[in-house]
Amino acid sequence: MSEIIRRDPRREWIARNRLHPEYAAVLAALGVNRGGGAVSEWLGPNGVVRKDPRAIGFIGPNGVKRIDRSGLQQGGQATAASTAARDSRRTVTIDQPAFLVAVVPDLTGGRLSGHDKDLLGLARRVADADAEQPGAVVAILFGEHKGEGDGELKEQTLGEAGIDRVVHLDDEFYAGFSPEARLAALSAVEREMTPRFWLLPDSPLGGADLGRRLSLRLGERAATGVWQIEADHESPLGWRCTARGGAGSLDIQRPLPRVALVLAECAEPVDETRHAAEHLTLAASIPTTLSRIEDLGQVAVDPAGVALAEAEFILSGGNGVKQWDAFHHAAKVLGATEGASRVAVDDGFMARDRQVGATGTWVTARVYMAVGISGAIQHLQGIQRCDKVVAINLDPGCDIIKRADLAVIGDSTQILAALVAMVEQQRGGQRDAA
Amino acid sequence: MQPDRQQQQQGIDVAVLVSIGRHPTTGRARRAEQDARGLELALAMEAELPGTRISVLHAGPQADDSESALRGYLGMGLESMTLLEQPAGSDAILSLVEHLAATAPQLVITGARAERGEGSGLLPYALAEHLGWPLVNSLASVEKVENGVVTLLQALPRGQRRRLKVRLPAIISVDEAAPVARQSAFGPARRATFAITPTTPEADSELAQWHLAPARKRPKRLKIVKAASARDRFKAAAKSEGKGGQVLADVTPEQGAEAIYKLLKEEDVLR
Repeated sequence: MSEIIRRDPRREWIARNRLHPEYAAVLAALGVNRGGGAVSEWLGPNGVVRKDPRAIGFIGPNGVKRIDRSGLQQGGQATAASTAARDSRRTVTIDQPAFLVAVVPDLTGGRLSGHDKDLLGLARRVADADAEQPGAVVAILFGEHKGEGDGELKEQTLGEAGIDRVVHLDDEFYAGFSPEARLAALSAVEREMTPRFWLLPDSPLGGADLGRRLSLRLGERAATGVWQIEADHESPLGWRCTARGGAGSLDIQRPLPRVALVLAECAEPVDETRHAAEHLTLAASIPTTLSRIEDLGQVAVDPAGVALAEAEFILSGGNGVKQWDAFHHAAKVLGATEGASRVAVDDGFMARDRQVGATGTWVTARVYMAVGISGAIQHLQGIQRCDKVVAINLDPGCDIIKRADLAVIGDSTQILAALVAMVEQQRGGQRDAA
Repeated sequence: MQPDRQQQQQGIDVAVLVSIGRHPTTGRARRAEQDARGLELALAMEAELPGTRISVLHAGPQADDSESALRGYLGMGLESMTLLEQPAGSDAILSLVEHLAATAPQLVITGARAERGEGSGLLPYALAEHLGWPLVNSLASVEKVENGVVTLLQALPRGQRRRLKVRLPAIISVDEAAPVARQSAFGPARRATFAITPTTPEADSELAQWHLAPARKRPKRLKIVKAASARDRFKAAAKSEGKGGQVLADVTPEQGAEAIYKLLKEEDVLR
């Protein structure tokens, strides 16, 4: 074939005229027609790519045609590409693991915390170091797992965090402070599976305590406060770690032992793969130990005495709160620590130490309830690390509504009163039943 | 009944393990923060439970700077303390286990972590494992001691407290949640004496092999955006992650309150 481009001036003329009856057929003959719609790109007569802006784009919400030039949409067939982008996680199944890495996440409030996800990311790094002989990550979960959603979706959360196998121990004697029962369960896992590594979070929520107990039970000198690991062929297990020691004043480099307690942000959480999260049950029954520690349950603490920065549940009031007595009463009934926006503090309704936001306290509550707060950027900064935000506001367009997981539009006084009545009624009912 | 009750009120033997601390800015030797809180807890028990005997233990070398740090504890109102003498760099666990097994106190109080050296916080757990005693970490206060059972308040994260009953003998470790230690008085600290007990030390060979360096600043985690297209990258850079929660408009206050109540129940924050 000669490389000279042959031109057909008549066809080109038709291709320029959208109203010509043979227009579509000519375009199809000229370019590669994808998807059956009108062709948006073809090779021009001089070897230059020509584009037809009329063939691409979509009709926007206001009936105006929009063209997205980001590359997501081409010639009106965008949907397939965008769904592929959304579901891009690679499914990984490890049937015959070369070794096991055991992980015991904290599972605070029934969910994997950020620290847990970092820990699982580290476990994945250790397990996947040798691509030919990958190890499997076994997670031992104590207590209820809530996850996001129900059923299959719940398992997916575990798989997406990088867990291959799950040992879920949901008996009631693992609830509360039960280090002896948990240790017995972990010892059973050790006997049955003999994982190469035990990784736990070095967190005050339970991992730090349980991990140290476990390491002494296994006769290992655990590395604590590990924040970095590197492959090292001279070490017995093939890894070297850097750990914080001496009250945060030292970095200790040592070979990674079998038991390691790791700090938050020690590794990136898993975000490219999805693992099987296959459930395992222990073959041998776990011996029940006679506990010398009896848990009498949590003690009611005065929520007002809890520091705002570490309170679990905060009821925060702003400019929209009109009846402060009712607000204080609601905080008391709900058992919430009180917070306030800057306006409420400036107006003298709340003390300065109760201010939430950039100039006040940066809070870490699990549930943050904002009543009559519109959500200035300084305030939203202060509540960045809260898990769930509930907003009660009159204005449906304000910024806190966008941040909130649950927003109720309405009069805050009435809604709080209804909530208080509901809680009191439920408590009364429970007492009758007991 | 009266004499029997008095028997109970006799009090218990408490051993407090103390270490040499390190001032966070100057790096000078001082009394360790957590250990001092542990001693404060023991002194509070002594005041409440007459007849409680406190013995303070330290395993380490006998030197000038460590002595001045240890006198910080003595100045809290003690007449003497036991020094298990061993050269620097020896394993403290073995000599402590030996001493505790010999003297058999009913309650051992330690700080959660040392401020010098490895500072892994493994020591209380090692003692518990060697002696076979139960261990409670992160103690806030001791409520009462009765019939060989001690009732404790354990500090949980987020300012919560948990009540525990532990059979004696037991080990309890103390961190920042315990009450602040009293000031150390200079005069009593000078007058107090050390009872020096020689031990058969064993060098901590493992620690000697590790590489210890001043702590580096940990790298800040970067926000990594993995986007296939320019549009996604722009969205990630321009917008904060608005998850788009549930918005209830045009509902009665009761319906709104019910939705909130459901969420609070789900999150388990209502007690």
